[in-house]
Parts: sequence; structure tokens; C-alpha cells
Amino acid sequence: MAANGTRQRLGAALWRRPWLRGAFILSPPLMWFLVVYLASLVALLATAFFSTNELTGNIVHQWTWSNFSLIFTQSVYHTIILRTVLMAIAVTVTDAVLALPFAFFIAKIARHRTRQAFLALVLLPLWASYLARVYAWINILSNHGVLPSFESHLGLPVTNLAYTNVAMWIVFSYLWLPFMIVPIYGAFEKVPDSLLEASADLGAGGWFTFRKVLLPMILPGVVAGSIFTFSLTLGDFITPLLIGGSSSNFIGNAIYDSAINGGDLPFAAALAFVSIAIMAVYLTLARLAGAFEAL
Amino acid sequence: MKLSRLTRGLFAAFAALVVTFLLGPLMVIVLFAFDKSNVQSLPIRHWTTHWFAVAFDDPAVRSALWLSVKAGVAATVIAMVLGTLVAFGIHRFRFFGRDTVSLFLVLPIALPGIVTGLALQSAFNISHIQLSIYTIIVGHSTFCMVVVFNNVVARLRRTSTSLIEASADLGARPLQTFRLVTLPMLSTSLIAGALLAFALSFDEVIVTTFTAGAQNTLPLWIFGAILRGQQLPEVNAVVVFVLLLTAVPVAYAAKIASGDSSEVLGRVADDKEPLASGALV
Repeated sequence: MAANGTRQRLGAALWRRPWLRGAFILSPPLMWFLVVYLASLVALLATAFFSTNELTGNIVHQWTWSNFSLIFTQSVYHTIILRTVLMAIAVTVTDAVLALPFAFFIAKIARHRTRQAFLALVLLPLWASYLARVYAWINILSNHGVLPSFESHLGLPVTNLAYTNVAMWIVFSYLWLPFMIVPIYGAFEKVPDSLLEASADLGAGGWFTFRKVLLPMILPGVVAGSIFTFSLTLGDFITPLLIGGSSSNFIGNAIYDSAINGGDLPFAAALAFVSIAIMAVYLTLARLAGAFEAL
Repeated sequence: MKLSRLTRGLFAAFAALVVTFLLGPLMVIVLFAFDKSNVQSLPIRHWTTHWFAVAFDDPAVRSALWLSVKAGVAATVIAMVLGTLVAFGIHRFRFFGRDTVSLFLVLPIALPGIVTGLALQSAFNISHIQLSIYTIIVGHSTFCMVVVFNNVVARLRRTSTSLIEASADLGARPLQTFRLVTLPMLSTSLIAGALLAFALSFDEVIVTTFTAGAQNTLPLWIFGAILRGQQLPEVNAVVVFVLLLTAVPVAYAAKIASGDSSEVLGRVADDKEPLASGALV
């Protein structure tokens, strides 16, 4: 009974003091997040200002700008950064062009069952089997792969896309397409049908309604999707290594090469901050364009 | 919107093409996994399940599979506890810095995976922690936690707190209320969150590259084998196995959470409250 009373009093005390309950509930996850994730980001920033002893391969814990000055002065890194950003833009535009009509169809035209089925088919590649999907494209594009043998079977000119940047563009667009479809679908779902009917009643054609009514309302969805396509392209090293060729050096595999093969963690950390900076610039540009006002 | 029959038909045809584009490549590797030939090409002449047996007998594949399962289960358990707690905290309490907290929570998913991986490696390096299964689990828990958080918080927003108050008014102790009222309300979103977290962990390769050291999880084994261009028929069988093992939880999670699409879609964006989608900014 005494233990019961204590428990009851404890429960009552917690009920009367919401901040105490809040602190009780939030402190374990926030501590984890602070200690593991935010501290790691700080460690990454610190490491970017260290250097690696070329003879011993050990990290020298002395502040230096040398990693960043190397990235800023060597033209090879300018090329890598430019190539990565152009690829991210190309992939983002491609995915938006594919996702907009598709999401419109499942949100506004398809019947309930078709909608559920199509959504499930988008969800599967969103969550699972990243490597399986990359590997599938190796089998499709390689010199003896499905596409060339299909083309030669039909007597068409054979395309040799293996290990080119065009192949990377196709595969990246394929990989991140679900990440663009889902937020755009969510945005379409929130547009009431009556709004589109009102626009039609007032004499607007389909294209005019799309441009003046739909597009402003789904723009936040497009921006949300583009953040993912951009960020995922910036951070990938698997696809450049497996699909790309000799001219497919991207920020992702430059980081991978420095950290894993080259044993130069500080330089890899500095490169990682370049991709964080690109993300920051991208988000600022999107904000300046007013893309977040509707959020 | 009033659309002509032709326009509807065109949209439907385009959507069918997109679905083919999304699923066609997966069909190709599923077919190739049953191809008897050493060099996979179409058309497939002889069918076999031989490569699955070869893969399953390979000790390297077995130990990688076992490591992936152990790390996935541990990361899922940690992510469940932490993700559920933070979802309750963010949902129930108004406090200074709440918006900042929910903004930081999505960082592991919004920032490139390579940044998370490299950041963890830098932190382990600075604090002289050897890379092991524990460092893999720490990395996976951090991004799986976001998934569980998204799922649970979406469900909490749809359920009313008056039921919990009613339970307290009727004399139930906090733990009783949690067990008899709160938990049943959340159960399917918890199961969906756990399944998705496991699928994500079991398939993850980018963060794992930087936190695994010399050991191989199953995705790392696949990546290494493709990179070297060796054992490709075996890789094909393993890839199809991983595809099935992750597809089942995803399909199941989608089914049990079908009442609220934002729960399963939660990996990308949460559209229920501007706070969460604004957090991407």
C-alpha cells in the first residue's frame, strides 16, 4: 500500500508539473541527439581544420586552413564541384518533370484502388533496396546488358551508355524519383477539387488553371522534393563509383576516396563542408524565390 | 477538374510509363537471379535456384547477414525508444526552443548521408573509439530514430488528448493510462515505425561505410563485390534476397498505416503541421 501511495503521489506530482514530465520524457532522446549527432557535426568541423601527416598517416591536431585552400585553389576541385551541382540540377529538373503529371494523375484522376496501388509501388523503392536498384542499372546499361542486346535484337543502333555521365543522370533520376513524387502528391492531395471547378466555372482552361491555381499551391511540395533530390545527389558515392566512368568524379566519391582509400579524414571533412555549403546556398536561393512562403 | 477523356487517357498512359520505369529494373534483377549462366544476359535460357544456394553457403555472406540482422534489430530497438519519447515530448509540451528541436531532428535525413557518416567517423576518431558493431548501431539508431519519430508524431496529432484526461479522471494511474489507453492508440504506428526503421537499417550502405571499419554488413558485402566485379551471379541472388526482406516490412507497414498515408510517407515530408515540413528548411 505504501508503495502504491508513493506511486500515486509521484504520478500526481508529475501531472501537476508538466515541465517535469517534459524534461523526463525529452531528456534521453535529446541527450542522444546532442551527444551523438550534433557533437559529431562539431567533430567534423574541427577535423576539417586538422591535417594528415603524409608519412605516418596520423591526424595532426593543429589548426590549419590548408584543406580549404587546396579546395579553393585547385581547379580539379572546381570541376568536381561544378559537375556535381550541374548533375544535381539536371536530376532535380528531370524528377520534377516526371513527378508532376504522375502525382497529378494519382491524386486527382485515378480511382481509389488505382491510387492505393500506385502509391504502394512508389513507396517500395522509396524505402528499400537502394543497392538492388543501382545494380539493376549496371545489368541494363553495361555493354552486354539488357538495353544494348535489346537494341541489337531490334536492329537499332546500339547505345553505349555504360560508365558515362548520361548513365549517371538516368540512374540518379531513377533512384530519387520517389522522393520527388511523394511530397508533390501530398501537395496535390491538399488542393480541394472545388477550387479547380471554380476556376473552370470562371472560364479558365486546363493549362491556365494549372499555372495560376495549381502550381502556386504545389510549389512547396516541389521544393520539398527538390531538397531531397539535391541532397541525395550531393551525398552519393555509390552511383558514381559503380555507374560512372573516368570523368565521373563527384563530391561524394571524392570524399569517399579521401576518407576510405586515401586515409585523409581531414580533407574529406573539408569536402563534406563544401556539400553542406551547397545545400545552404540552395535553400537560401529557394527561400529568396519565395518557395517557402506557402509552407 | 474537368478533363477530356483524351487528357485523362494521356495522364494514365504517362503514369503507367512512370511505374514501368520504377519497377522494370527491379524485375530485371529478379529474373537474372534465376539465370543459370555465369554472365547474365537476355533471353534467359536455363533457369536455376543454384545461385541462392551458393550465396547461402558462402561464409562471407553468412557473417555479413548475421551482422546486418544484429545491427538492424539493435538500432530498431534504440530508435523505437528514443523516437517515441521525442514524439511524445514534441507533441505534448510547449517549451522554449521546440521549433529548433524539431528542425534539428530531421537533419540526419535532410543532410547528405555522407555528411552524417563522415561526421560520426570524425567523432569516433577524435574520441579514440574503435569502429565495431556498436559504432554501426549508433549510426543507424540516429537516422532510424527520425523515422519512428515521424510515424508516431503523425499518429499523435490525429488522436485526441481528451481520452487520456478522461482515463486520469476515472482514477487510472499514469502507467495504467499509458498501458490501457495510449499504447493501443499508437500500436499500429509503432509497428509500422519499427518495420520501416529495420528496413532502412538493413539496406543502408552510405553511413555504414564510415562506421563499420573492416567488417562487412550485407549491403557493404554487395557493394564490395560489385566494385570488384566478382561473384556477380551470387551478388544477384543476395540482392534479390535483400529486396524481398526489405519489401515485406515496407508493404506490411504501408498496409497497417493505410489510414494515414503521411505515416509511411513520413520519410520524405510530413504535411500535417507546417512545423515539420518547415523543419526541412
